[in-house]
Amino acid sequence: MSSIPLKPLSPPLLEAGAGQPPAAASMRRSMNLRRRLTERGIEGLLLLAALVSVFTTLAIVAILVWESILFFRTVPLIDFLTDTQWTPLFDDAHFGIIALLSGTLTTTVVALLVAIPLGTILAIYLSEFAPFRVREVAKPFLEMLGGVPTIVYGYFALLFVTPLLQRLYPDLPGFNMLSAGLVMGIMIVPYVSSLSEDAMRAVPMNMREASYAMGATRLQTALFVVTPAALSGLASSYILGISRAVGETMVVAIAAGMQPSFTFNPTEPAATITAYIVQVALGDLPHGSIGYQTIFAAGLTLLLITLLFNIIGHILRKRFREAY
Amino acid sequence: MPADSLTVADGSPDAHLQAVRHLIARHKTLDWLFGLLGVAALMFAMLVFAMLFGQMLVNGFPHLSWDFFTSFPSRRAASAGILSAWVGTILVMLVTAVVAVPLGVGAGIYLEEYAPKNLLTDIIEINVTNLAGVPSIIYGLLALALFVYQFGLGQSIAAAGLTLALLILPVVIVATREAIRTIPQQIREGAYACGATKWQVVAHHIVPYSLPGIMTGVIIGLARAIGETAPIITIGALTFIAFLPPSPFGNSGHLISFDWLTAPFTVMPIQMFNWISRPEAAFQANAAAAGLVLVVMTLSMNAIAIWIRYHFRKRIKW
Repeated sequence: MSSIPLKPLSPPLLEAGAGQPPAAASMRRSMNLRRRLTERGIEGLLLLAALVSVFTTLAIVAILVWESILFFRTVPLIDFLTDTQWTPLFDDAHFGIIALLSGTLTTTVVALLVAIPLGTILAIYLSEFAPFRVREVAKPFLEMLGGVPTIVYGYFALLFVTPLLQRLYPDLPGFNMLSAGLVMGIMIVPYVSSLSEDAMRAVPMNMREASYAMGATRLQTALFVVTPAALSGLASSYILGISRAVGETMVVAIAAGMQPSFTFNPTEPAATITAYIVQVALGDLPHGSIGYQTIFAAGLTLLLITLLFNIIGHILRKRFREAY
Repeated sequence: MPADSLTVADGSPDAHLQAVRHLIARHKTLDWLFGLLGVAALMFAMLVFAMLFGQMLVNGFPHLSWDFFTSFPSRRAASAGILSAWVGTILVMLVTAVVAVPLGVGAGIYLEEYAPKNLLTDIIEINVTNLAGVPSIIYGLLALALFVYQFGLGQSIAAAGLTLALLILPVVIVATREAIRTIPQQIREGAYACGATKWQVVAHHIVPYSLPGIMTGVIIGLARAIGETAPIITIGALTFIAFLPPSPFGNSGHLISFDWLTAPFTVMPIQMFNWISRPEAAFQANAAAAGLVLVVMTLSMNAIAIWIRYHFRKRIKW
């Protein structure tokens, strides 16, 4: 540092740079202050970035609830829940969400009938049976399958799977929930299998070794030792599969048709909640009309369903958690 | 397990041995059968993927030509192209990346390096997890009410880009956090010992070292955003756009203009959806060609992300 002749230090300077020449000390003090301010400022900015996610959630809930309140001023809640027709844009308007829920439920069940068995078998196979080389190829492949845009799966359902099914059942209509559900199931398989496999691989090796030492085969070990131990992970992968199926939009909008109808028959066309939102958005509804509000009421229903499954998943994870 | 099958009526050791051998053989067969089932499931998944890709390739490949990329959509299927769609996709992705990367990386850094253990941090963490599970169409509804009407952005590139940015934010945040978590504590302690401030540690050490992981997350997020259709449809984006947004350069007397941000647009998946929903086979072939381009885009982005991950994981050893 510089060797400026010493002068009596003023009290505040003494605190900042005791025993140092005054110019250096004041420089140092202002640098410290600037540094501290910069540090605080940066921390504040980063906190703001983190808070964006909270604002997003708040905005989603606020908007859905607000527009739904406007909607329920016109349509009584009891009609919304009990009417079996959904024809908000007709002269004889009905607002029975059940007509849309049945479509969502049916396509979801079909999808899960494909995704859960296939995903679980793949997970058990990849985690417990597959040789190293097979796994090295299969995992990126499945990851890739999960990265294909959903619109492409919709195209596949409408123009490949439906014609294929029509060869088996000539009466099948061009839009049907069966092919939409099947393709959605295929689409979800990578999510279920990769999460389940992660859960199974997290089971400690010595549990498997103990099982083998007792003379169990690989299948017995997989089914009676590894699967129960990984149950909480398996459950959350299924729950994730369900919420994806419930919220999936393009596959059902393209392949299952956009006509709301109260049916649980997968060979019929029917609109899901998501398909209805797409249908309305494709038209040109004026902002603030009852038709505009319906999509927010439908969206709120959808959000509540996914929230319900998230909570169930949370409970299941706690209930079946095995700590090692 | 099935211990009861070991107790044979006839107590002779020979028969007992026979029974045990039989049991072992049966379980080995079951074991083998399940292995077969697993291979079959894998084969089935691969077969489906091959059919999906094959179907698009057969129908769409003949349509892929230079003209397909340089033509606007048209009423006539044969001369229709994806010029406005791919330009729109690139511009929307630009907005998405510019918004999502700083916000996502910033949030990830905050949660890993700065956040104190308190209620607010818990709320933020739970939020990020839950947001990842919200269906994408809900983001569309949020954007419709907030960006399109409340902020008055209309059905513009900016509105779409912001929507997709919010959608992929959890992906970027989670990737950033995971990348930061792999950095050993000694690196931070070493830097602090040299007198570095927290921000210096973050800017000079944490961010550079976690960059490959962050990049992987960003690319995977953008690959997802490219294929997202539902939120964009929900904000009411037009499907027939036969013009390009105003050029960002040399427009209206300024060197760089931002008029394109508020321009109407179309993107690849919307164009594809538009073609799928037409009854004519010729348009569906166009849809196949557009789908092919879209799949190649997303899969190559995913491949780049996977490559970055493997490449840098090999090079960085703590």
